[in-house]
Amino acid sequence: MSILVDAGTKLVVQGITGREGGFHATRNKAYGTRVVAGVTPGKSGQEVEGIPVFDTVDDAVSETGANTAMVFVPPRFAADAILEGLDSDVQLVVCITEGIPAHDMLRVYAQLKRGDTTLVGPNCPGVISPGAATVGIMPTQVFEAGRVGVVSRSGTLTYQISKELGLLGIGQSTVVGIGGDPVVGSGFIDILERFEADPGTDLVVMVGEIGGTEEEKAADYIASTMSTPVVAYVAGFQAPPGKQMGHAGAIITGSTGTAQAKKEALEARGVGVGSSPTEVAELAKERLGSPS
Amino acid sequence: MDLFEYQGKQLLGARGIPVPEGEAASTPEEARAAAERIGGRVVVKAQVQIGGRGKAGGIKLAESPEEAQARASDILGMDIRGHVVRRLWIEEASAIAREYYASITFDRAAKRPLAMLSAVGGMDIEEVARTQPDALARRHIDPLIGFQAHDARWLAYRAGIDPEGVGGVVAILGKLYDAFVGLDAMLVEINPLVLTEDGRVVALDAKVTIDNNAVGRHPELEELGDIAPEDPQEAMARERGVTYVKLDGDVGILGNGAGLVMSTLDVVANAGGRPANFLDAGGGSKADEVVTALEVLLSDPKVKVLLINIFGGITRCDEVAEGLLTALDRLGADLPIVVRLDGTNEDEGRAILAERAPDNVVVEATMLSAAARAVELAGVAA
Repeated sequence: MSILVDAGTKLVVQGITGREGGFHATRNKAYGTRVVAGVTPGKSGQEVEGIPVFDTVDDAVSETGANTAMVFVPPRFAADAILEGLDSDVQLVVCITEGIPAHDMLRVYAQLKRGDTTLVGPNCPGVISPGAATVGIMPTQVFEAGRVGVVSRSGTLTYQISKELGLLGIGQSTVVGIGGDPVVGSGFIDILERFEADPGTDLVVMVGEIGGTEEEKAADYIASTMSTPVVAYVAGFQAPPGKQMGHAGAIITGSTGTAQAKKEALEARGVGVGSSPTEVAELAKERLGSPS
Repeated sequence: MDLFEYQGKQLLGARGIPVPEGEAASTPEEARAAAERIGGRVVVKAQVQIGGRGKAGGIKLAESPEEAQARASDILGMDIRGHVVRRLWIEEASAIAREYYASITFDRAAKRPLAMLSAVGGMDIEEVARTQPDALARRHIDPLIGFQAHDARWLAYRAGIDPEGVGGVVAILGKLYDAFVGLDAMLVEINPLVLTEDGRVVALDAKVTIDNNAVGRHPELEELGDIAPEDPQEAMARERGVTYVKLDGDVGILGNGAGLVMSTLDVVANAGGRPANFLDAGGGSKADEVVTALEVLLSDPKVKVLLINIFGGITRCDEVAEGLLTALDRLGADLPIVVRLDGTNEDEGRAILAERAPDNVVVEATMLSAAARAVELAGVAA
């Protein structure tokens, strides 16, 4: 079992005729994801590695039955592409694009909340349910099928932690990169809710970083609502205030958003926090070995 | 991207928010000439991107152009908590009756713009929020509807703005929201927003932070000039499109991906070391990017040891290894370099380094052992 993507996923790739879009659409398909369509305005009738291209998401959905969209459109046009996805009949939009202006995402988020489509990203590596389907840019060889969920604001750090889990013999049900921007469609709590409801997930590894208060809010949610155990990692203890640490969302402003505050909030609510990627994998193994 | 006060004031002034007449100056002579043109009493203000300028002596009143020149000479070159004053803003002095606070911020927790107004201005607003929470009126704005006049009135009455100031404050709040959206700002803040003795409402300060992701669609910001960071490595990194942050230790750090790089800083600190800087070469780093990254990092004289921590996803470790060899060939660095390669083609990458890397390159198998080794070597080099 898994969340968000699985063997039933039928993917339409927005921006498929771009270099990155075409490359990753092909890789997702090679992994076993059913990539049924691509969209690039003005290029309907073309094919990318056997995947038919349409002018609009609506056309792609009505012709192919696509239920998931992946956005690979350049930053300036990405908010429009997400809104097009939300306006269609797909259930899930995954936006990989990095560098979307924050004000564009404010408007997208307000619109998102008016409907029932799920958005993952932007500025995220995507979602993989190992062995079943991948939607995004994750290096699939790092992951193994299993029963631990991973949710993270970061890309390479997620791969590192998933690999450390694999070295301890722990596979993953689904790995979700929620993205490193100030405004993302799905926060930690949205994904934790899904893992909590998934009978195929026995434990969740949450990978946070400095900036915002999502980890603190997730700590409250975990303590008040979840029966599935959670262990966590937080990156950025050495980050100085006021400096953006690579991700647009990773910045300590004023007194909020420090790694120490997040670690304390999590530990105060019984969530173990590892001090390195290696240690959080070991914590996961301990928790799995000693069911409470 | 943080703007200087004088840049923020020009942008807000251009959008119809009343600001005192003023001019930028970089020398005492320019300050004197500016004061002459403005006439009467002027304020000489240090342009640094840090709070507490006034207390540090970076804001002075001058009665005459001669005095403006003297005060400018005092303030230029002053070090205000690590920020050296290179530019001044000379503006007409205002007769202040009351000081207010107004801002629009990007509230990422609520994912909406947040408008704030207080009749208690001119001081640290976090302090006001803590000690007199009722003095700070706060209102979220729906980004799809925009800021309405009733939002402004609600804020003005809730904050207890003086009756003669309400009209001016309401007008300014609407324009401030327009500036927030129109400039793709993460923050527009006026502190203090003053009511003058003759009943006008004027912005005496301006703090504007622009979303880095949106700078490209604002050519008007380039015309402001002087927005590049002062640090030479930061300027170089920006020019080459990589993320670089300077810290104050001696271990230089190169990684790929923001989360992994932050994690690397932490494990270095846990091992007892102090990061000098970090550079994120991006999640999909290729050989060329490694060369660029090393050029930036090695140009910082504080770096005694370099730690390279790569997780190969789409990036292949053999390409990173080749990039490292090319960079060392070109740059001829002889400081110790600790390399950890993990992920896609890690074996090939390590083999390339084992065969062809110079003696100052040390390969470690894990992130933790690499951090420990880098810290040890930094201790030797110190």
